[in-house]
Amino acid sequence: MITWTRHRLFWPVMLLVLLLLSNLFFTPDFFSIQMKQGHLYGSLIDILHFGAPLILVSLGMTLVIATGGIDLSVGAVVSISGALACWTISQQSDQGSLGVVVMAVALSLGVTALLGAWNGLLVAGAGIQPIIATLILMVAGRGVAQLITDGQIITVNSSPYKVIGGGYLATLPFSILLVAIVVAATALLTRRTALGLLLESVGGNAEASRLVGIRSRGLIAMTYIVAGLCAGVAGLMISSNVSSADGNNAGLWIELDAILAVVIGGTSLLGGRFSLTGTVIGALIIQTLSTTIYTIGVPPETTLVVKAIVVMIVCLAQSPSFRAKVFRRPGFAPPAARPGEPGPDAAPAGPADPTETKAEVPA
Amino acid sequence: MTTTTVSQAPLAKALAGRQRYIPAIGTLSLLIAMILVGSVRYEGFFSGQIILNLFIDNAFLLVVAVGMTFVILTGGIDLSVGAVVALSAMLCAWLVEKHGWPPLVVIPLVLLIGLLSGLGMGAIIHYFDIQPFIVTLAGMFLARGLCYTISLNSISISDPVFTDLAQMQIGLPGGLFVSSSAIFAVLIVAIAFVVLHYTRLGRNVYAVGGNKQSAMLMGLPVARTTMSVYAISGFCSAFGGVLFTLYMLSGYSLHAVGLELDAIAAVVIGGTLLTGGSGFVLGTVLGVLVLGVIQTIITFQGTLSSWWTRIVVGLLLLVFIALQRVIGARQR
Repeated sequence: MITWTRHRLFWPVMLLVLLLLSNLFFTPDFFSIQMKQGHLYGSLIDILHFGAPLILVSLGMTLVIATGGIDLSVGAVVSISGALACWTISQQSDQGSLGVVVMAVALSLGVTALLGAWNGLLVAGAGIQPIIATLILMVAGRGVAQLITDGQIITVNSSPYKVIGGGYLATLPFSILLVAIVVAATALLTRRTALGLLLESVGGNAEASRLVGIRSRGLIAMTYIVAGLCAGVAGLMISSNVSSADGNNAGLWIELDAILAVVIGGTSLLGGRFSLTGTVIGALIIQTLSTTIYTIGVPPETTLVVKAIVVMIVCLAQSPSFRAKVFRRPGFAPPAARPGEPGPDAAPAGPADPTETKAEVPA
Repeated sequence: MTTTTVSQAPLAKALAGRQRYIPAIGTLSLLIAMILVGSVRYEGFFSGQIILNLFIDNAFLLVVAVGMTFVILTGGIDLSVGAVVALSAMLCAWLVEKHGWPPLVVIPLVLLIGLLSGLGMGAIIHYFDIQPFIVTLAGMFLARGLCYTISLNSISISDPVFTDLAQMQIGLPGGLFVSSSAIFAVLIVAIAFVVLHYTRLGRNVYAVGGNKQSAMLMGLPVARTTMSVYAISGFCSAFGGVLFTLYMLSGYSLHAVGLELDAIAAVVIGGTLLTGGSGFVLGTVLGVLVLGVIQTIITFQGTLSSWWTRIVVGLLLLVFIALQRVIGARQR
């Protein structure tokens, strides 16, 4: 086998390319990008535009997952951020003033950073399992968002605010540029400094990292703050794009999509290594999937079924024991599962146990 | 210094070996306190019927949370329960109303589907070593997606078997009554209690949750236990779905959104450790009742909006997780 197929981003990229190409059958001008009134238009631009919030949330999630954690609360943070910004703007007499929007954005981002810090405090400070610690905010957060909006959908009429999610700058949607800047900054910070390595080290073994002098707790807390901020910006984009805030539905299930994007991108949920490029590709795959399903005329509700199948395929493909059991290639098989063992597929629960034990004890 | 140790000694001795009861006792005290506060503040709050209504209105949550208790006891998690409840309700409504299948065929079929889906997820989790979180997340997407593909609109049920069961009121002494679904729920709780505390499977669940490696080295059937708990959870979700159908008398793809969070919250508030290995079915029942009382109080108060429920549940989660943390730290 040629070596580049072994690259860890090979399969995600192939999946994305295949998905994009499959659109050609249904919409021949899928790849065309047109210039209308000084803006670029086209399906590819749309995918980037609508995928922008997901890319941001996934980016924060990648860093959290790199340290071996998980953040379930990002969906709730997305709704709080949008709700807070729209509420602040709607309280002012002059909704279109730039000062008001800047204040609203600053307030939202400040609060979302605080929410992230709260998660970080619970995980790094109190040592609570990440999935449980962030569950608290996931449950309570949406209630808080509805409290802010008073259960209503707050609509705002503010052109500066509209720019964040629906505006254009230099022919491109503003949100794409914003995401590009955040991704580039994160990539530079983690890959051109030691930060990324430290994060991976903490994810590999937080205690060992602490012993060699890495401030694990601070780093872990920081990833949750970044995840909160990313979710905050994503919340601003989502609410700004529709000029309204819906505490109940904004960012619903985005945490699951984000985790999915991270996993598709090849970042292990166990922590210890991460790929920002992979995450961006993963998020684009999810967005392309939704767009494709819309364009080929299948009911959009089937997206969930397709997503479920994609999650399972990707997870199975990444699972070492699945590859060992199904493909049984010498390169993949752990020592205990080498040829000569009874076929695990043939024997269910009872008889397979001894082989199970052997295979899993060294792990 | 010495005086404090002396005064603490009897308490420590009394608590020795019983620390696992502390969260459940905390929940019970909380429940009683909340009912007392409600009774003092609101006219007509303290009545037998209000307590019975807790069971009637939360019958499906009770069944789902009991299934979730098994999964969490092994240290896993099942995110698919809300979607399986919705799918079960949808299947009941669709098969009975649109296809004219007899309910007595449909209900066992739905229960079987729930059981098998749980079994499948458990098998994938165990044999392919994928995190329960991700597998059940896929299960959630799949079940919710299937709901949408069956019907986008709500299907209401007018079949006599369902409506009769739903409207059936079983009278109790003192002019009180319960619904059939509450009876079913209590029955499930009783069965789960016996299975978990008095059978080999139950002991295996605790052993696997306590330490999977040790359980495996002891020769316990880890594979069978893991698959069983997810199958139990799937079955309970489907059963909860049938009870939910009786409660709503309709199938809709957006039914029971977020029910998995309520179930997890009830289990945690009921004193089961999310890391597995410690907890009780009856604790979960208390947890469900606490959630029910919160909702009842918010209804009685009248001025509070429904989203306060979520905020209060979040705070309670925080308190109980902190409590678990403190107890866990002391044990070590």
